[in-house]
Amino acid sequence: MNKGLSKKAEKNMSDDAMIEITDMHKWYGDFHVLQGINLKVQKKERIVICGPSGSGKSTLIRCINRLEEHQKGHIIVDGIELTNNIKDIEKIRAEVGMVFQHFNLFPHLTIIDNLTLGPIWVRKLPKSEAEEIAMFNLEKVHIAEQAKKYPGQLSGGQQQRVAIARSLCMNPKIMLFDEPTSALDPEMIKEVLDAMIELAREGMTMIVVSHEMGFAKSVAHKVLFMDFGQIVEENTPEEFFEHPQHDRTKLFLSQILH
Amino acid sequence: MRHMEEAIKMTETEELKPPVTSVGVIGWVKSNLFSNVFNSILTVVTLYLLWKIVPPLFQWAFIDSVWHTSAKACRGIDGACWSIIYNNFRFIIFGFFPYEQQWRPLVAMFILFGLFFYSRERKHWKKPLGYAWIVGLFTMGVLMKGGLFGLASVESTQWGGLPLTLLLSVFGLTAAYPLGVILALGRQSKMPGVKWLCVLYIELIRGVPLISLLFMSSIIFPLFLPEGITINKILRAQVAIILFTAAYIAEVVRGGLQGMSRGQYEAADSIGLNYYLTMRLIILPQALKIVIPPTVSILISAFKDTSLVVIIALWDLMKTTQSVLSNPEWMGFSREAYIFIAILYFLGCFSMSNYSRKLEKELSAGEQQ
Repeated sequence: MNKGLSKKAEKNMSDDAMIEITDMHKWYGDFHVLQGINLKVQKKERIVICGPSGSGKSTLIRCINRLEEHQKGHIIVDGIELTNNIKDIEKIRAEVGMVFQHFNLFPHLTIIDNLTLGPIWVRKLPKSEAEEIAMFNLEKVHIAEQAKKYPGQLSGGQQQRVAIARSLCMNPKIMLFDEPTSALDPEMIKEVLDAMIELAREGMTMIVVSHEMGFAKSVAHKVLFMDFGQIVEENTPEEFFEHPQHDRTKLFLSQILH
Repeated sequence: MRHMEEAIKMTETEELKPPVTSVGVIGWVKSNLFSNVFNSILTVVTLYLLWKIVPPLFQWAFIDSVWHTSAKACRGIDGACWSIIYNNFRFIIFGFFPYEQQWRPLVAMFILFGLFFYSRERKHWKKPLGYAWIVGLFTMGVLMKGGLFGLASVESTQWGGLPLTLLLSVFGLTAAYPLGVILALGRQSKMPGVKWLCVLYIELIRGVPLISLLFMSSIIFPLFLPEGITINKILRAQVAIILFTAAYIAEVVRGGLQGMSRGQYEAADSIGLNYYLTMRLIILPQALKIVIPPTVSILISAFKDTSLVVIIALWDLMKTTQSVLSNPEWMGFSREAYIFIAILYFLGCFSMSNYSRKLEKELSAGEQQ
């Protein structure tokens, strides 16, 4: 049941918790894809979630901005509980930015138009102000010179950086990254990770689903390992990589750190 | 390192010209017309057919033809009797519109062509153009109907010929397109009521020929109206054409929508766009662009289908032409008459398809090479 917990949850929640997930379950038909997820993310905290494919990690973060619906448990984002209430969903989506594995830029619009879309139509800003914000964020990811081009004319790494800038234009409090570098050629991964590190340095709350363990080690506050829909292990990067506690974690690490 | 540099350094070669039989005119002829045995045979057969058809056709149409004579003089000749067009031109083009007032539909058509020509450039699609269209449509309405500004009133029953064909097509296609898009979106709706209503509409309309819809609108529908209330026949035909075309456009647009990747919807959702904005700004611009070719096919068909109003005695271009041919004086020159209106229909259809190519090219500006 998703109703009625909001006020109680607000009182119990510490003031700094950006995201609070309590006993969350999700099924795809009969398949129990997320089993009893409990997660708290503080403001300015950076979390990396890793795990084998099919473990539910992407599904988990997609539940946070309601791209997927959970059937049981509670998800509270910045004090607002995620239910079927459309107004709440829209409020949450305006505060949560998402970067996708396959960029999902709008191919029929120029880069700058991709970025100004949200500010103009959702935040209702005038075009000139939206463009200022857009250029500011394009410069942040070092891609301002491509503003007038179309996504199809850019490389994967450039497109992903544009995608990051696009999310930033909505001034989100939380950024979700769904395997942001998995679809990139190796030489482009660094430029995207650098952009993400820059974001981290500025204090953004981030949840990143990724296999980039170097990034996790240098930037994450916590690393989560998921398998078969459950959070198997949760620890600081140092502890996680030096002293993994569960066998499944050890197996996974041995497979990816070759 | 030294070896690599030397190997990479390209040696200068003499510039050779490509062989004569592979470039230029001869090269083109060889590769396109005679590249293999089958193509060569095809080329020879085609050339033979052209030789058999074109000179006699040219002879008939231009050399032996007469252009300005009376019907009697046409009877004995071998060539085309273009006089049938010359003598009946005003009736074919304007139908029963009063003879002295025929400058009015003429001006109306010129306004229409002018507006179309100016609307070709997407750069011009700004507010002034919108106002121009509103003023233009109003002016055309006044010119056709009359009754204002000192113009004699002309009932719509007297409208005919090319203006009527254009009227039915332009309003028909312009209204059918958005209706088709709405139906396509409705068919995708998660609300069962909306979805099934749209499915019912589309399947019913697609299941009957346009002729039967025109019949229904013209003959059956008035039976249901209360005593004394009549709806303009042109309006009824117009509605039938709109409803018919919209059903086909709906299916084509649905195909385009199905081709959209989920990622586009998700990106729009994650930015916070609602359904209406997502469709208007992200999904429809892409989906509609992909289906420009089949959409234009439907619109071209609809333009030609307006000729079916012959069946409900509306005097469009086809019917005026037919009635000239049923005049005993001009009977028998159907070839010339139909060639003439075929050229008119061709001009209409060709400009539509030409424009659609231009539109596609413009909209592909940012595509990956």
